Amino acid sequence: MGMNIENYRTEGFFDEMFSGDSVPREASDLLIKRLEDLSSEEIHFRQQAAEAALYQMGITFAVYGSEAAEEKIFPFDIIPRIVDGADWRPIEDGLKQRVTALNMFIDDIYHDQRILKEKVIPPELILSCAAFRPECVGVDPPNKVWCHISGVDLIRDGKGVFHVLEDNLRSPSGVSYVLENREVLKHTFPRVFGPSKVRPVEDYPNQLLHMLEELAPPMVDEPSVAVLTPGVYNSAYFEHSFLAKQMGVRLVEGRDLITQDGFVYARTTRGFEKIDVIYRRIDDDFLDPLAFRPDSMLGVPGIMESYRQGKVALANAPGCGVADDKAVYAYVPQIIRFYLDQEPIIPNVPTYVCWDDKDRRYVLEHIEELVVKAVNESGGYGMIIGPHATASERASFVEKIKANPRNYIGQPVLSLSRAPIIAGDRIEGRHVDLRPYILFGKDIYVLPGGLTRVALKKGSLVVNSSQGGGSKDTWVVDR
Amino acid sequence: MRRAMISRVADSVYWMSRYIERAENVARFVDVNQYLTLDLQVDEELQWNPMLEVSGDRAAFEAQYGGSDQESVIRFLAFDSQNPNSILSSLRSARDNARSVREVISSEAWRQINKMYHMVRSAADSGKVFEDPHSFLDEVKEGCHQVTGVTEATMSHDEAWHFLRLGRMLERADKTSRLLDVKYFLLLPSMDYVGTPYDKIQWAAVLKSASALEMYRKTYRRIDPKQIGRFLIFDNQFPRSIRFCLEAASISLHAISGSPLSTFDNKAERRLGRLCADIDFSDIEEVSQTGMHQYLDGIQIKLNRVGDAIFETYFSLAPAIVDGALHRGDS
Repeated sequence: MGMNIENYRTEGFFDEMFSGDSVPREASDLLIKRLEDLSSEEIHFRQQAAEAALYQMGITFAVYGSEAAEEKIFPFDIIPRIVDGADWRPIEDGLKQRVTALNMFIDDIYHDQRILKEKVIPPELILSCAAFRPECVGVDPPNKVWCHISGVDLIRDGKGVFHVLEDNLRSPSGVSYVLENREVLKHTFPRVFGPSKVRPVEDYPNQLLHMLEELAPPMVDEPSVAVLTPGVYNSAYFEHSFLAKQMGVRLVEGRDLITQDGFVYARTTRGFEKIDVIYRRIDDDFLDPLAFRPDSMLGVPGIMESYRQGKVALANAPGCGVADDKAVYAYVPQIIRFYLDQEPIIPNVPTYVCWDDKDRRYVLEHIEELVVKAVNESGGYGMIIGPHATASERASFVEKIKANPRNYIGQPVLSLSRAPIIAGDRIEGRHVDLRPYILFGKDIYVLPGGLTRVALKKGSLVVNSSQGGGSKDTWVVDR
Repeated sequence: MRRAMISRVADSVYWMSRYIERAENVARFVDVNQYLTLDLQVDEELQWNPMLEVSGDRAAFEAQYGGSDQESVIRFLAFDSQNPNSILSSLRSARDNARSVREVISSEAWRQINKMYHMVRSAADSGKVFEDPHSFLDEVKEGCHQVTGVTEATMSHDEAWHFLRLGRMLERADKTSRLLDVKYFLLLPSMDYVGTPYDKIQWAAVLKSASALEMYRKTYRRIDPKQIGRFLIFDNQFPRSIRFCLEAASISLHAISGSPLSTFDNKAERRLGRLCADIDFSDIEEVSQTGMHQYLDGIQIKLNRVGDAIFETYFSLAPAIVDGALHRGDS
């Protein structure tokens, strides 16, 4: 007896894999048929095998407060989320359009500030942005690219229309899960994977290395590239190590590096060796105690000066967070029109910027129906979902907004699309989002698919792993 | 030219390997000893006390456990996370180090270490081990051998691999010397045993503790304390004899610096070279004259000084010497 999908209900949500109750979309047909062939015991066995593989690979996080130093894997559901290749094209085009415009915006902000002079965006909004770095004014990063790696969060609404939710231009994480999930799923569904014509993701590390090498200062023949991590206690450490290994480059910590005569050197067993390009996974704030936070133990004193002199390349460029502020996000459609003279291909989620008097009034009056977020936070922190919050939580956000309006935005609660997960001996729909990864070098590369995050708790809209979210492999399939 | 390693990474690779070797040695010692208790009708405490001497943790043990019955000692040596030399602590340290160098070791090596750590951790939670210590200890030993095998077969024999072997060989030399030292003095519960069948069983156990019984028999056939000393210190073919370990460590040390075996490029090579020469130019007769304990004690002190020199030479390139040394490796 195979898995029964007869009782699968979309319950009025847009479903990624079913066009109606128990009716698979064309791109998902093969996989759903396979699920029907497998007994629920077999499916559970495969789920367990996949989890065991992830556990043995050590893709785990420590459960704090547990005496025995218990470790868990990030929850993972073996049913892939399938995206029709035809639906993927506009996403790819839209993402390229978006990062192109955002890079032009960042470069403009640190040079002529044309967009501010022409009053497309209020100058006070930008200059008050915590991630705006006066130290970066006038800097010319290689190829005029500031944001080399981004992970734009997309959600799909009740009608199936994709929207950008966040841009994540600083240190987006999660791409290692995309690659590892794929590795595991090939073992889980070998007979579906082959004929499904899934676009490969395995090229990402090559693309990343290639892009990083392009950044090397001129005259450097064989650039020495390193990934800079805050260290083993960082929650994304696995990813830092994974990417370094996949690219065959060094993984370094701040304490491994020094600067001398403007160059950056690593301490090695054979003395000091020059480093030309650094993929840094440390926030601007902690990057250089001489330039930013003086108490940072993670950074490299003097590295900003080396960067300004063009003796080392940094990805992403310091200062690029200015375009990642959630209040600035609200203006991305205007940014795209201003620099590219095009209409945005992927729309924004409607956003109320509390800095603006009219918007703020609206947010305060409708707080019980809105999502309110702090402009500089991520990972599900510094936010409330109005309809799910208690009266006192809402009241505390009202106070926070009044005290510091620049720091908050409001957005309507969206009805996120759903995708099926294994729930006991059946499949059930859960809400998902999608984070594709974009590399911006001399060309733009969009990783086909990306990380699908899923709110495993029934009815939940929060997909963050810190709050009960899990992940799925994402298949972009060509038919 | 091949890329040099980040000093911090080389340090972690070296310690990862030492901790794996340490775990394997503790597992073997405990296994042999609990097997021995089956043959010898002696007081449990007398049988287990030497074990605690080998690992140098007797004081810590007594403060915490009091009496040295078998279950307490096994718990202490296998699972006690307060005991830095327990199997669990060693594997945790090995794994922490491995995790910080995953980009350098092979995925297979990492997976093996990770798997083994989880195996020991869940064994610590279940009481089953005390019913059948042998199966568990065997699994640890095999797991550790697999790490060595996997690194041998899946990693380039480059600088990282030589740091692995250097760590393993120095740790092994140290453990063999301790084993011999402690057993020589404390093995026999009483002089009454000398020359009895129990005496033979005990000496065979010393060899087993170093996985050496079979290879020893191939060379000397009869159990003889003096020949056992000769075999475990001087044999140049047995992979756990002190001499063999130090020669292998020396080869790796020279492979790391690139200097020929007969020359010395740094303090670590000089100290290890001198220790190897000491052993080359002495024999078991001399050891007997000096006294086994004094001789082994001397080796342990020199081994520690080799470790210090490796740290200074490779792991601790401090910013203080930046100005003078900065361009040394920059080519």
